[in-house]
Amino acid sequence: MSEPRLLIDSLSAISLRDGGKPILRRVSLAVGTGEVHGLVGESGAGKSTIAKAILGIIPSQVKVTGGQIGFEGRDLLALSASELRAVLGRDIALVPQDPSTALNPARRIDAQMTDGLRLKRGLSAKAARQRAGALLDEVQIRDPERVLSSYPHQLSGGMRQRVLIAAAFGLEPKLVIADEPTTALDVTVQKQILRLIRSLQERHGTSVLFVSHDLGVVAKICDRVTVLYMGKVVEQGGTADVLTSPRHAYTKALLAANPRYDRPDIGLEPTPPEVIAALRAEIAAFDANNQGAPHG
Amino acid sequence: MAPQDPLAQNLLIATVPPIGFADAEPGYLLGTDGLGRDVLSRVIFGTRVSLTVAFVAAGLACLIGSLLGLFAGFLGKFVDALISRLVDIWMAFPPVLLSILLVAVIGAGLHSVIIAIVVIDWTRFCRVVRTETMGQAQMDYVVAARTIGFSNPAILFREILPNVVPVLIALLTLEMGIAVVVEAILSFVGLSVSSDTPTWGGMIAEGRQIVHEAWWVLAVPLVALFATVIAFNQLGDGLARSLDPVLRR
Repeated sequence: MSEPRLLIDSLSAISLRDGGKPILRRVSLAVGTGEVHGLVGESGAGKSTIAKAILGIIPSQVKVTGGQIGFEGRDLLALSASELRAVLGRDIALVPQDPSTALNPARRIDAQMTDGLRLKRGLSAKAARQRAGALLDEVQIRDPERVLSSYPHQLSGGMRQRVLIAAAFGLEPKLVIADEPTTALDVTVQKQILRLIRSLQERHGTSVLFVSHDLGVVAKICDRVTVLYMGKVVEQGGTADVLTSPRHAYTKALLAANPRYDRPDIGLEPTPPEVIAALRAEIAAFDANNQGAPHG
Repeated sequence: MAPQDPLAQNLLIATVPPIGFADAEPGYLLGTDGLGRDVLSRVIFGTRVSLTVAFVAAGLACLIGSLLGLFAGFLGKFVDALISRLVDIWMAFPPVLLSILLVAVIGAGLHSVIIAIVVIDWTRFCRVVRTETMGQAQMDYVVAARTIGFSNPAILFREILPNVVPVLIALLTLEMGIAVVVEAILSFVGLSVSSDTPTWGGMIAEGRQIVHEAWWVLAVPLVALFATVIAFNQLGDGLARSLDPVLRR
C-alpha cells in the first residue's frame, strides 16, 4: 500500500445541541488505493458523521473542532464550498443508505443518472444516456432501457440500490463512500449487492469507505476495518486479524453479539456491562486529557 | 361564435324569455335582458374577460408566489423569516375589500383587475410552495444531489421543483376558479372593465335588478360562472394525477 488515498487525521467533532458533547474523538484512519475499509460501530458511534464530514454535508448542529481529512494531499475540511463541489462527484461519490428515498421520486432514472455524467464528466446528453445504459448493464440489470425510462417507485429496492451503485461508480471516482448500502435490503439481495460493490471496486481500483453496523457484512467485503465506540477508535487493522483475534474486549463482545447461523448452539451474547463500563472509563479519561487542549 | 351582436339594443324585444317558454323570440336562444340584448351572446363575450383574467392573473400570482416560496423554503434563515412575515402581514388584509380598494385607487379596467388579483393571491402560492419546498429539501435525494457536487440553484430547480409541481398545478387551477369569481365580484360592483364590454359579473348585477320579471338574465351568467369554476377544479385534479409519477399508474 503506497500513499493512502484518504487520510483522516485526529478528526474531532462536537454536538452543538447537547452542550458540546463530543461526537468524534480524534479519529484517525487511512484508506489505501483500491482498499475497502470498513467503518463499524453501533448507532451513534459517529460512523455517519465521518462519512458526512468527508462529503461536506455535516448537519448544522454538529461542529468539527479539529483534525484533517486528507484526500490526495488536500484537506477537504479546508476547501471552499465551490472547491469541494468540484471534488464531489468527480473524485468522491456516495452510495446512500436507503435506496427508497435517495432517488428523486419525480424524475426518471435516466435524468438522474445522466445529471452527474453531464455535470462531472462533461458528456453530451446522448452520450450520457448511452453511458447510463452501459452502467446499468454492468450492475447486471437485465433490461436497462426499461429501467432508464422508469420512475423510482416502479423499481424494487434492490434495483434502486443497483441504480445508485451504478450512478456512483459510473462517475469513476477515486473514493466511494458506502453508507450502510445494504441495511435497507433483505438478506438475499444484500449478498448480491455486496458482491457487486466488490467486483466494481476491484475492476476500477476504487477505494471504498464502507460504513456498517454489521460485522458479518464487513467480514465479507472489507480489507481493513476500524471499530468505533462513542466516536473513538477502539480497534483498527486487517479484517481477518480483527475478526479472528480481536484485541479489544469491545470488539470481542461485538463479535459475540453477531448471530452464527452455522453454530445455532452458541446463541447471542449481549455486550457485558463490565466491557461497557471499561470503555466509558477509557473515554472519560480521554476526554479529561483533552479538556480545553486545542488541537488540529 | 355569438349568434347576435352582444351590444345591440332593441327595446321592442326587451326581457324576452329563453326558447321553450311562452313569448320566446326565435334567434334569442336564452332570451334577452332589460335592454333587449341577447343573453347568450353576452355570456359568450363575457367568457373572454373571465378567461383572460383566469389565466393571466392566476399565472402571474403563481409565478411570483412560487418563486418567493421556493426561496423561502430552500434558503431558510432570514430570507424565510422576511418572506414569511411579509405573507403574514399581507394575509391580515381582507382580500375582497383590498381588491376593491386597489382597483378604486389604480382605476377600473382589465389590467387593474389582474393586478389586484395577483397582488392579493400570490401569498396563497407562496405559503404552500414554501412548506412543500422545506419538506422536499430534507429528503435524501437532495443530500445525494449535494454529494455529487450540485450547486444550490441546480438542486432547487432540477431536484426540488419537479416534486412541487403537482401541488402547484392543483393550486393554480383552484386559483383560476377563484380569479374568475373575483373578476365577477369586481364587475358586479362596476370596478372591472368599462360597462360596454359584457362581463358575467356585470350581467349578474343587471339581472339582479329585474330578477322578478326576467330571472334568466341573472341565472345564465351564474350557471356559466359555476360551470367554469367546477371545470377548473376538475382540470386541476386531472392534471395533478397525470403529472405526479407516484399517483400515475
